[in-house]
Amino acid sequence: MKHLLSTADLSRDEAIGVLDTAAQMAATQSREIKKLPTLRGRTVVNLFFEDSTRTRISFETAAKRLSADVINFSAKGSSVSKGESLKDTALTLHAMGADAVVVRHWASGAPAQLAHAGWLDAAILNAGDGTHMHPTQALLDAYTIRRHLAGPGAPRGGAGDEGVGADLAGIRVAIVGDVLHSRVARANVRLLHTLGAEVTLVSPPTLLPVGVHTWPCRTSYDLDATLAGWQPDAVMMLRVQRERMSGGSGAFFPSPLEYTRYFGLDARRLALLGDHAIVMHPGPMNRGLEISAEAADSDRAVIVEQVANGVAVRMAALYLLLSGTTEGISL
Amino acid sequence: MTTTYVLRGARPLGGEAADVVLADGIVHEITAPGAAGVPDGAVVVDAIDHVLLPGLVDLHTHLREPGREDAETVASGTRAAAAGGFTAVHAMANTSPVADTAGVVEQVWRLGRQAGWVDVHPVGAVTVGLGGDRLAELGAMADSPARVRVFSDDGRCVHDPILMRRALEYVKAFDGVVAQHAQEPRLTEGAQMNEGVVSAEIGLAGWPAVAEEAIIARDVLLAEHVGSRLHVCHLSTAGSVEIVRWAKGRGIDVTAEVTPHHLVLTDELARSYDPAFKVNPPLRTAADVEAVRAGLADGTIDIVATDHAPHTREDKDCEWGAAAFGMTGLETALSVVQQTMVDSGRLTWADVARVLSTTPARIGRVDAEHGRPIAVGEPANLTLVDPAARRTVDGAAQATASANTPFAGYELPGRVVATFLRGRATVLDGAPVERTDLAIEGAAR
Repeated sequence: MKHLLSTADLSRDEAIGVLDTAAQMAATQSREIKKLPTLRGRTVVNLFFEDSTRTRISFETAAKRLSADVINFSAKGSSVSKGESLKDTALTLHAMGADAVVVRHWASGAPAQLAHAGWLDAAILNAGDGTHMHPTQALLDAYTIRRHLAGPGAPRGGAGDEGVGADLAGIRVAIVGDVLHSRVARANVRLLHTLGAEVTLVSPPTLLPVGVHTWPCRTSYDLDATLAGWQPDAVMMLRVQRERMSGGSGAFFPSPLEYTRYFGLDARRLALLGDHAIVMHPGPMNRGLEISAEAADSDRAVIVEQVANGVAVRMAALYLLLSGTTEGISL
Repeated sequence: MTTTYVLRGARPLGGEAADVVLADGIVHEITAPGAAGVPDGAVVVDAIDHVLLPGLVDLHTHLREPGREDAETVASGTRAAAAGGFTAVHAMANTSPVADTAGVVEQVWRLGRQAGWVDVHPVGAVTVGLGGDRLAELGAMADSPARVRVFSDDGRCVHDPILMRRALEYVKAFDGVVAQHAQEPRLTEGAQMNEGVVSAEIGLAGWPAVAEEAIIARDVLLAEHVGSRLHVCHLSTAGSVEIVRWAKGRGIDVTAEVTPHHLVLTDELARSYDPAFKVNPPLRTAADVEAVRAGLADGTIDIVATDHAPHTREDKDCEWGAAAFGMTGLETALSVVQQTMVDSGRLTWADVARVLSTTPARIGRVDAEHGRPIAVGEPANLTLVDPAARRTVDGAAQATASANTPFAGYELPGRVVATFLRGRATVLDGAPVERTDLAIEGAAR
């Protein structure tokens, strides 16, 4: 694996390899000394063209726990309207000897361009590009689902400790909300399908992309019916951006209240789920819009754990990209 | 005194071989192959197995001057046009300043005359500054030395229906035509590529086919209502072909163009995120490509026009979302038409002359000089093509000042061997021929 650009590029075995490596990384994080010497002397650049404090801190933590040197490079704004081009930025990072570049960009495809344009030879790790992909988010979501639903004692589990070695065969995941603009949804649909899970996207018709019928998942406009009738094992709520409901005649739904009424996860809807089912959210949450406080703070919610798992998954991704192998991991 | 050319063994419109002699700016003689005499000082061009076409006429070219001379100038763009076999181009109005006054269209027209590669016919803007708010002085542009007959806000759509109606009516006074860039603006805000399976997957904002089709449907009905002629620019979807077919069936005076790139490229190419494939209207699906080929073959689509849209490297060497729309096309158009339509048996070379010369010349009302039959006494605006040649496209090696071809690295059939503008070779042996009469013309002024 030279780059991590899209979950569509991962085979089942590769994906399980990342999750298993993440489990090993997570195990080290309960030690007193969390820092591992693995990437000592390697340089990881966090190149962020779009603000995302959470994702940047998660990657920064991951790289530092592996003893890499970390440089944060904030290049907010359009490359054309404001200053340096993507190409010049890439050439600069190449000259500085970056071994891996973690890139967050407002433009779909920018990480792929960095990986393939020949501007630099570092490993490219997509930390979210436009409305395209967010592979480490999907990996941390899969990791979280596997821990809860595919491990020993889990209702559908039976694999080793924390689900190591297992895929997500037969696990049902509902992804609810603004699919059209969501890189998290795109990344999850591909990865969950690769791992054998079943996915239903639940969204108002305006927020499902034209062409979604070719995706390896089902779609529904009815959250209640999906929760009660399909009985998902995990419900992933997507963040609704407030600008989607402004824009006058171009708004995607009539009002926040109506959105919450039909697509918000609240205590009543939570009660439709089986006891084992978990509630997920990539954060940051709009409490009271797509998720109520009761749902967000319930025992079913694994939202805070997702953040912790994010560090382990990103450690795994950096480790695998920079060591180039899953063999002989000694932590 | 111009050079006399003897085109030995050429096949006019792909038909029987003949010797064609060009002298004094006209087709002087057409004889049996090998029969033409060679006057003193005449140049003999070995044209055995080469196809002779009327000089190509592009109804849709962006020459970028005035304003974006870093991307293209009238001189560089028309040199590229000659290299591609063209003898006339219609220069689109979206320059800076916009070609919305007699002054600007006359400037572009004069720059074309000075460059001398092809006849440059400026297109006038329909609305002031392409703003879509009020009509530009269409009559003044029509009456200027540039004699504008094609009006277009290309790059923008004349979306206000009452303004479009007025424009369609107004240009009747001087036999003009409105060439519509059919793009419903509200349906395409922020749009980056064709809306469909690929856009959904790769996360680029979609540009629905209906945004093009809805405008075409409205415009053909408006044209019918007011009895005007309408030209549809760069039609790109199967639905658009259906609407134009229906309109023609009703007797509506509509013509339509397709670009070479929409005849062959699809939105699958966007998966690379290479902005070379970012264009307006966007590349569509394989089904749309087949529909526009069928439409061109059955005459629903009247012409091929390049929409040659040069852009600087910095406007293309960036993120897809930040990149400019457009691709160069003058030097690859004929090859793409040969590959997709002639080599596949869907058009003859006579049809190619129709869709790339005769009909665009008629739509643009330049058919007194261009798109003429290949016959004795006609203006010697001609293109000689070697259809057996094959070449690999190299953007940097083209005559256009910009390198943004989507065909880089493609092997395409056919090569323009020579282009003649009123009997003067602008291209010979496949290479542009610098003009030698400039000093004379300068002295005459």
